[in-house]
Amino acid sequence: MSRQASRLDAKKVNSEFLTLTYGALVTQMLRDFENAEDVNKQLERIGYNMGMRLIEDFLARTSAPRCLEMRETADRIQQAFRIYLNIQPTISNWSPASDEFSLVFDSNPLTEFVELPPDLTNLRYSAILSGCIRGALEMVQLEVQCWFVQDQLKGDNVTELRVKFVRRLEEVIPAGED
Amino acid sequence: MSEEILFDCLHAEIVNYCLDSNKEHDLATLEYIGFTTGYRLIERLTREVSRFKDELETMKFICTDFWMLIYKKQVDNLRTNNHGMYVVQDKAFRFLTRISPGTKQLEHAPKFVAFTCGLVRGALSNLGINSTVTAEVQSIPACKFHIEVNRN
Repeated sequence: MSRQASRLDAKKVNSEFLTLTYGALVTQMLRDFENAEDVNKQLERIGYNMGMRLIEDFLARTSAPRCLEMRETADRIQQAFRIYLNIQPTISNWSPASDEFSLVFDSNPLTEFVELPPDLTNLRYSAILSGCIRGALEMVQLEVQCWFVQDQLKGDNVTELRVKFVRRLEEVIPAGED
Repeated sequence: MSEEILFDCLHAEIVNYCLDSNKEHDLATLEYIGFTTGYRLIERLTREVSRFKDELETMKFICTDFWMLIYKKQVDNLRTNNHGMYVVQDKAFRFLTRISPGTKQLEHAPKFVAFTCGLVRGALSNLGINSTVTAEVQSIPACKFHIEVNRN
């Protein structure tokens, strides 16, 4: 039995398991909601919730100190992608005021087996990623906007995620309560 | 294991999503998400594995290699009556280990095992075994999965 186990690469299987499960979830949502916009919102919300939990794990794992400027934050986000998804986005396209940057992905494990049908062009399949960043940063008192500029699923060469600093949150409001 | 926490978070969110969006609060959607995942995953896992000679060998694969990859441990016990009933026991089931043990939480247990019921059913289905999978939780985090092969 162990003979078979050695042939299966645990890391790869883990990543495929995540990819396939996420795919099954998106498919289910497309059945549950009439239009893709609603699915985008749901995915974004799920990402947001995950981000709020993942940041704790991230801080515990890296014992990273408080970021003093957005450039540090960008590095941390990059590091988080490496830890959790085993991919390294490139940080680029800084705005002159250093409050806005892009994360550029050559590959995206979430979309590994995915092809969008023509009628779903407004589906943001990886919306969970932007939600995750927003949720995680909000837990460290940073409000940001996060959106997709380019997406390989829609025929672009790379996937580009834009992150924009909005403001520093002063008071800590209990999260998750609407 | 960094991917583990990521998946645990995703799993928790899927559970919430399925229960929120579903007014009847049944676990069918959750089970189905597991089913399609298992169905696709096993195809990729068994690509390089030689064909299983019988049902029991298939079950063993599920309980060892498959379980190991997904749940980071082998099952603690696999029993069969040799008539298509299999009982898989996991004494520390991954999705239950983060829940505090106690009878009070027991009512929440079904939603944390439904995905896996589907996952196993989907995997078996793609390997040519049509089955019904149910789970039984008597004390967290132990879980028993009952696999009943439908032979008709």
